[in-house]
Amino acid sequence: MTTFPSITLTAQAFEPGALLTTFCAGRDETGAVASFVGLARAEHGQARLLELEAYPGFTDAAIAEFAEAARTRFGLHDYRIVHRIGRIAPGETIVFVATAAPHRRAAFEACDFLMDWLKSRAPFWKKEHGPDGDRWIEPTAQDRTDAQRWDQERN
Amino acid sequence: MAKVLLFGRLADQAGWRERPVEAASITEVRAALADEDPALGEALDGPGVQVAVDKAIVRGEAVLTAASEVAFLPPMSGG
Repeated sequence: MTTFPSITLTAQAFEPGALLTTFCAGRDETGAVASFVGLARAEHGQARLLELEAYPGFTDAAIAEFAEAARTRFGLHDYRIVHRIGRIAPGETIVFVATAAPHRRAAFEACDFLMDWLKSRAPFWKKEHGPDGDRWIEPTAQDRTDAQRWDQERN
Repeated sequence: MAKVLLFGRLADQAGWRERPVEAASITEVRAALADEDPALGEALDGPGVQVAVDKAIVRGEAVLTAASEVAFLPPMSGG
């Protein structure tokens, strides 16, 4: 996944704190870094394992295209996105997003914007392994509404 | 001959994720797969299923070469 250095899809568990430290290092013009960490929920025992499938070379390219649009829209200095793929146990980190901007508002908004898109429109296929078997899941109505907020604000 | 990839529920349904298919167009890929597995053929034509050739979404027909990679993408879930 070296084609897009700011974007990583990984089947390995990762530690978000270390990513944030690295992302913040060596910046002297960035006034604000916002970050988000998404964890896999157990859903009260309903979800034992989450499985995320990506299409390498397609999924990361789509994320890069969207993230570059976010960089322009919010005037970001930089961003970093790490997304788990494969089998993910409850409590493990699924996604890390960090944004760097001159001021906090842009950093917060860009982070929110990227997460709404990643949750609803990024090319992943998600399967839940639960006590009653496996099922493929699609974005929730709330995920779609969250993502649409940004379309409306643009108009 | 093209390399065909299936994702998500399509791969589960077919029982495979990747295989070569003797075909020179997307129509021929669909026909070849439907011929040996009619239920899969129907699923590939189902609502929301997109096709990518060499990692770019294609709407309609495309000519394939031996090096082409054809992916059938069911509706995406987000991360």
